[in-house]
Amino acid sequence: MTDAILKVKDITKTFPGVKALDKVSFDIRPGEVHALVGENGAGKSTLMKTLAGLHQPDSGEIVYQGKTIQVAGPLDARQKGILLIHQELSLSPELSVAENIYLGAWPTNRFGVLKKRELRRNATAALEALGCGFGPDARVGTLSVAMQQMVEIARAEAFSANVVIFDEPTASLTDTEKDQLFHTIRSLKERGVGIVYISHKMDEIFDITDRITVLRDGQVQGTLDTSETDLNQITRMMIGRTLDTFFVKAKEEFGAEVLRVEGLSKQGLFRDVSFSVHEGEVLGLYGLVGAGRSEVVETIFGVRKADAGTLYWKEGEIDLPAARQSIDMGMALVPESRKEQGLVLMMGGRENTSLPHLRLFSELSVMNRTKEMAVFEKYRSALSIKTTGPDQPVSLLSGGNQQKFVLAKWLCADPKLIILDEPTRGIDVGSKSAIHELIADLAEQGLAVIVISSEMPEVLGVSHRVLAMSEGDVVAEFTGDEMTEENLIDAVSHHTQQVAAE
Amino acid sequence: MDISLSGLLRRHGLIVAFLVFLAGVALNADAFLTAGNILDVLRQVSITGMMALGVTFVVLTGRLDLSVGSLLTLLTVIVVDQHNSAGPFAAIVMTLGAGLAIGAFNGILVGFIGLNALIVTLAMLSFLQGLVLFYSGGSNVNIANAQDTWFAVFGRGDFLGIPVPVILFLLGALVAGLVLQFTTLGRRIYGVGGNETASIFSGIDARWTVFWTYVISGFTTGVAAIIMGSRVMGAQNTIGQGYELTVLAGVILGGTSLLGGSGSVWRTVLGISMLGFIQNGLLLLGFAYYVQWLVTWAVIIIAVWIDLGAKRGRIFA
Amino acid sequence: MSHASSPMRTGSALHIALSWLLRNHIWVFLALTVLVFSLASPYFLTLNNMGNLLTQGAFIGILAIGMTLVMIDGEIDLSVGAILALASALAIGLQDHMGVWPAVILGLLSGAALGFVNGTLVALSGMHSFVVTLGGLIGIRGLVFVYSGENALMVQDFSYTEIPEVYLGPVSLTAMIFLALALFFQWVLSSTRHGRETYAVGDNIEAAHDSGINVKRHKIINFTLCGTLAAVCGILLSMRLGTAEPNAGKIWELWTIIAVVLGGTRLQGGYGSLWMTIGGVLTLAVLRNGLRLLNTPNYVELMVMGAVLVLALALDKLLNHREGS
Repeated sequence: MTDAILKVKDITKTFPGVKALDKVSFDIRPGEVHALVGENGAGKSTLMKTLAGLHQPDSGEIVYQGKTIQVAGPLDARQKGILLIHQELSLSPELSVAENIYLGAWPTNRFGVLKKRELRRNATAALEALGCGFGPDARVGTLSVAMQQMVEIARAEAFSANVVIFDEPTASLTDTEKDQLFHTIRSLKERGVGIVYISHKMDEIFDITDRITVLRDGQVQGTLDTSETDLNQITRMMIGRTLDTFFVKAKEEFGAEVLRVEGLSKQGLFRDVSFSVHEGEVLGLYGLVGAGRSEVVETIFGVRKADAGTLYWKEGEIDLPAARQSIDMGMALVPESRKEQGLVLMMGGRENTSLPHLRLFSELSVMNRTKEMAVFEKYRSALSIKTTGPDQPVSLLSGGNQQKFVLAKWLCADPKLIILDEPTRGIDVGSKSAIHELIADLAEQGLAVIVISSEMPEVLGVSHRVLAMSEGDVVAEFTGDEMTEENLIDAVSHHTQQVAAE
Repeated sequence: MDISLSGLLRRHGLIVAFLVFLAGVALNADAFLTAGNILDVLRQVSITGMMALGVTFVVLTGRLDLSVGSLLTLLTVIVVDQHNSAGPFAAIVMTLGAGLAIGAFNGILVGFIGLNALIVTLAMLSFLQGLVLFYSGGSNVNIANAQDTWFAVFGRGDFLGIPVPVILFLLGALVAGLVLQFTTLGRRIYGVGGNETASIFSGIDARWTVFWTYVISGFTTGVAAIIMGSRVMGAQNTIGQGYELTVLAGVILGGTSLLGGSGSVWRTVLGISMLGFIQNGLLLLGFAYYVQWLVTWAVIIIAVWIDLGAKRGRIFA
Repeated sequence: MSHASSPMRTGSALHIALSWLLRNHIWVFLALTVLVFSLASPYFLTLNNMGNLLTQGAFIGILAIGMTLVMIDGEIDLSVGAILALASALAIGLQDHMGVWPAVILGLLSGAALGFVNGTLVALSGMHSFVVTLGGLIGIRGLVFVYSGENALMVQDFSYTEIPEVYLGPVSLTAMIFLALALFFQWVLSSTRHGRETYAVGDNIEAAHDSGINVKRHKIINFTLCGTLAAVCGILLSMRLGTAEPNAGKIWELWTIIAVVLGGTRLQGGYGSLWMTIGGVLTLAVLRNGLRLLNTPNYVELMVMGAVLVLALALDKLLNHREGS
């Protein structure tokens, strides 16, 4: 066993209301690829941001090359030899490949004039060491995403990084590009670089990594050698069974069909999606981030355009609607991103609640404030929302209370179909179970409900029927006893391998 | 509630500073806080104020309208010229119509085609200046029968001792305020300015919303042009030059954010009036008129900085 | 050097020229306008007129250089017209007391100082530069009036007006200064640390900050440069006119923005060059000069300018489906 190059000891990091990391310890050895896996919210991204200096831990220490260090920021991390490669690349599209590799650390003479030849030579060496097929002169904006990623990886070479952290590096790569990336990771590995690999994609994890550390709820569940474990064991560790998650499922009393989708397709996002949902039914849509789930429902709701597909609303064929029409028909979408898509943060709860239904809350275009106040008060008490008043900007509320206002703004117009996209992401446990109960209530009141989630226990716990999506395809449908985590994992990973094989 | 002095300053620092300024001037110039002087100031700000009402709508959506200065010139030339040839009533209708049409054109370019608002309205500024020269042939126009036209009432008239332009401005502000606070259009404007994506996800058509704000801006500039034409009883080819910046300064000074979503009509009225009172007060104190520009500079920087600092919780970025 | 980069290096000259033109499409447009005007007027494409045109364009051009730097940073400077007026007033007003060159230097320093103030306010307060420099536009104009009163300052020693009367063929000193400055700052943008930082900051400010670029100091430097260049423009103007009007340069900031945007530099930052800006400045100058040669009335020029600007913007949107606006 070689000595670890980087050790994390008992790191704890608390955010308001959440313990993101709870005494986390793990280590990275030179020349190994170490996977960090866990569900959304397990603490992976907090941990890597702590290593890269974007967060400072509350307690615990980071030992690097035998010394306890403080990482002041990304620049400090880079200078120390710890490099984070984000999903969102930190590149300047207008600058050349060479300039991006050495971003902010360009070789210059005393007067600040670039030593272009030196810059080019060094960059070329870094690119060649990685076996990149492009030169140092191209503008980064003209490169593909995969090539851009390569530019970031070249920084590892250029700054002789000892630790490189990859965050979901294959999220937007094609398979050939992925192979190229893995090839590069292996060559980094051969040169003794310690690599942290964060991904949702299990097949990749088993393909490339040497050890796997599983995080759940901010705690390390264990570190295993990849060769001595299997998908099943890892998944079990990831999901676990937390005692405080208790799901209520609505009674199975379905009414008429509310929505049917046939052959919905959009180039590059999803293909030939068909399903239907009935009154009183909770339909789960499971898939990993990037599987195309949000895009499908946003298209149905009318904020995106489709290439092809037919919608049936209450068994009548309709044109693909614009958002305004779908809202008026009785469709509601609780979007994935609360802050960007769900709420106008500087408005209060009252105004956010009425925003999608201005016509219902007005006569001759004049807002009926009494009606607004009544609805606001109704949902404030029904959903027990904690706010100081109708006009307190929702930006000041906790994530859970914000999400309840998003729900209120849709529920107040009595929709027939409500689509919830990751309804419990980033909110506290108490609000989570309140939302789960609400989903059951709504279905029992006769609404059709679609719940999207990448958390398996959630999607299985609240739904009557689950569709699994992967890479833009609906790959399987499960009901009753078939609704198990194993089946979902199998369906998705089988499909992933199939796609990979093609 | 925080009722300490520092809390008061943080929330209403601008108003407090303004009151201190008013008191200071009043102590040194007896004529300052008289009804006559106050009405004079309001009369002076009624034109920029009227324009600022419409521009506030545009800025609330996070867009800009730099074309209002040139538009004011054009519409003033139109109203004066048409007054001579078609009579006052037709002139007013044509002026408002032209204002609405040009506002709509801006609205199409920015709202529907999605071009950058600053550049579009800057281009419009240039274009309209050309249109002015084309229309007027480069010469100034004057109202022929200045002594006996009822058109004079808009710029020069009094009603119950209050100048008509002031009444128009305050009436306009009232209507604009009511529209923003109490109508669905107002709500859509705040929604689009505050978070365009979330508004679209709420079924709001941001394109139409933006479009209407430009139409409103064109309309209020039309009203301002009527006041201007009536007051001056004529129009030069440069009569509105630079007004777009004064108007914008007043809107910003009031605390309406250029990023959109926050601000209000009463704040614009406050901002524009402050500019007027600063100008008037400094003149009464015996300063040359251009000293007000220096004070305006300082006031804009300090006011916006304090506002931003209070929102951020820190003074420095 | 290395085989890895060979495809870029050995690309055909035609290919390089084409990709350059795609980014600098303003030059195609410029060529077209030149062609049209030379067909329309025999006086247009003469050495003499070309020299005039360059001189006429040089003033907005010098302002546009600074504006380009600031705009690539993703900021804007509305105060350049006022700074220009102050520098020109100081250069003329002070020369009776201290001699020509010290007065000129003080004029330049005033521009640098005001640019520094703008930049510092933007960097420290986090206010948008549009607000900061809008305040500056109003206030600095006030400074000019405070200094010079309402009347134009006249130069006493008329040798001052002869300083720019140096010609290289048809090219005046003013035009040479513009071209030299434009080339110099193009070199700064493309070959110095500061220049590359400008793109990095405008492109992706977080990445720039994370890479250790001092974003605040960087922006202050660019605003200072922009102010200094405005002062250069003001001083050249005072030499040309022999007077300093307190209202000199009014709404020139708008013409400057028009020239820069016409060139293709984007308001959102991160994209642009002085090649583009020179193209924009020359196009503007050609349009003005050509239309005047054809004796078209003044309004045609203004209307054509507005229309061209909107078309350029629409074309840019069509050619580049880049996100954000």
